[in-house]
Amino acid sequence: MDITTPPASAAHGPAIQVSGLRKRYGTKQAVDGLDLQVERGEIFAVLGPNGAGKTTTVEILEGFRNRDAGEVSVLGADPATAGRAWRSRIGVVLQDSRDQAELTVAEMVKHFATFYPRPRDPDEVIDATGLREKASTRARQLSGGQRRRLDVALGIVGRPELLFLDEPTTGFDPQARRSFWELVESLRHDGTTILLTTHYLDEAAHLADRVAVVRDGTLAALGAPDALGGPDARRPVVHWVEDGEPRAERTARPTALVTSLAARLAGPDGELPGLRVVRPSLEEVYLDLIGAASPVDARAEEPAPAAARPTHEEIAR
Amino acid sequence: MSTTAGASPTTGAGRTPTSGAVRLPGTLRLGLDRTGVELRAFFRERDAVIFIFTYPLIMMAIFATVFAGQDQGTADASVPFAQYFLPGMIATGVMLTSFQSLAISIAVERDDGTLKRLRATPLPASSYFYGKIGLVLITTVVQISLLLVLATTAYDVPMPDDAAAWGTFAWVFVLGTATGAVCGVAFSSVPRSGKSATAVVTPVVLVLQFISGVFFAFFALPSWMQTIASLFPLKWMAQGMRSVFLPDEAKVFEVGESWQHGATAAVLVAWLVVGLVVGVRVFRWRRRDDG
Repeated sequence: MDITTPPASAAHGPAIQVSGLRKRYGTKQAVDGLDLQVERGEIFAVLGPNGAGKTTTVEILEGFRNRDAGEVSVLGADPATAGRAWRSRIGVVLQDSRDQAELTVAEMVKHFATFYPRPRDPDEVIDATGLREKASTRARQLSGGQRRRLDVALGIVGRPELLFLDEPTTGFDPQARRSFWELVESLRHDGTTILLTTHYLDEAAHLADRVAVVRDGTLAALGAPDALGGPDARRPVVHWVEDGEPRAERTARPTALVTSLAARLAGPDGELPGLRVVRPSLEEVYLDLIGAASPVDARAEEPAPAAARPTHEEIAR
Repeated sequence: MSTTAGASPTTGAGRTPTSGAVRLPGTLRLGLDRTGVELRAFFRERDAVIFIFTYPLIMMAIFATVFAGQDQGTADASVPFAQYFLPGMIATGVMLTSFQSLAISIAVERDDGTLKRLRATPLPASSYFYGKIGLVLITTVVQISLLLVLATTAYDVPMPDDAAAWGTFAWVFVLGTATGAVCGVAFSSVPRSGKSATAVVTPVVLVLQFISGVFFAFFALPSWMQTIASLFPLKWMAQGMRSVFLPDEAKVFEVGESWQHGATAAVLVAWLVVGLVVGVRVFRWRRRDDG
């Protein structure tokens, strides 16, 4: 009979610790010496372009794949050999689900609850995931967003200490994404550690305590969403219009630049035409980090719109 | 949601939160839960209900009605058509609810991610298979019971009245179901996707029905076809069931003029072992394109 120690006594040390992780498929080195540490209770986002090794890494952490080399510890155990007791302490929300279409929401959540030693109340989980009205609807008839919330319900009904969320809000409308974020935040509030992979930079900025950017199977950057890439990556860009031509300059001292521009170019009303001070968004920092064309420089070449519009900074918040 | 360790009132025993350790739910009890879920999913899937569960009943009704009043046999000895047809339909039913049911459903579950999702939970693999065994047993027993009721009430097929015949029925039924289920699990790895599963599995079963003496009397088939059919379990299951439902004199229609119970058991056990060995080696929880 499998016996596991309760979470309380096991809750020391990081939730996830990875060092020197390597995995090769044929000639492709999918993961190439990755190091990661996820602390208990945090929401940790893994970002990276397709093929960067995100999914491979997460599937190794979930125990679905074997690694070629490196040390991996998830909740104090090696996922490659951990058993049922360990499985009962993690929750996994995979991508792309269309399974068990003939069962209803309530049947699935109640059934999955029976797998775990200390499940949440299935009805509470159905309420928390906003599926009450769909409780007796078959999975086949759910919308994409509802289906995704069902996936999350199945992932959390076992009261996991650590939850893996793989691109959870792909295809959501903005309102559904907002309510999903609230759900994830309530899980964090309950003390659940969450490892999130996402393509949405605003999602990472909104939810994550720390973000890891993965490129070519290695860690390209690590930090809080508003500190990622270091101060240099966040140097603001000042846009203005001079002689009818849009201009832009990247500077660590935007106030000084604006003051000197105002002295030189301000019109009779004291305003500087087309003035915008833009701090790079997480998305722009991210694109820089993964080696895509620098969007800040590219955008500086664009004609600045006359009307005020939300700054990139505002969009990122 | 709260983080307190209160157990839910909706789910049953198996969890005993204590101060020192947490006990995982029992493998067998989870197998029963899986059986319930499997049965619900099966009977909500119209394709499965029609082509796996009711197929032998429909075929029995059609053939027994069309050939009513005709006999199967020779000028010297013969039995009513429905009586000869019933054993073949029982064997077919067992094969459908075991082999075809599992080969298709597991291929679909592998493709749509059911297996991967279950693998990500603490559900033991054995509980998953207990659920499949439960599904096969219950659907097969109910289906064959309905078939027997239909045959006796609508088509006046006499039921055997001695215990020995029912004993034969029992072991052929159990061994045939087990063999079909194990081979179904193994064969579920053959279809390349869930969509193609039905198209890949159904013809195998259909061809076996035609060459194994289900639709046509086995003695009337060309001998090369009989030889091929003898390599597969369906022919032996049908023959075993004929030994139960036909009068003993009817064994003159069989190849070798004997019911060949020993050979029946041997072939079924051989397929059972082959199915187990192959099934254990090739079973995968994930799609081929998923590493």
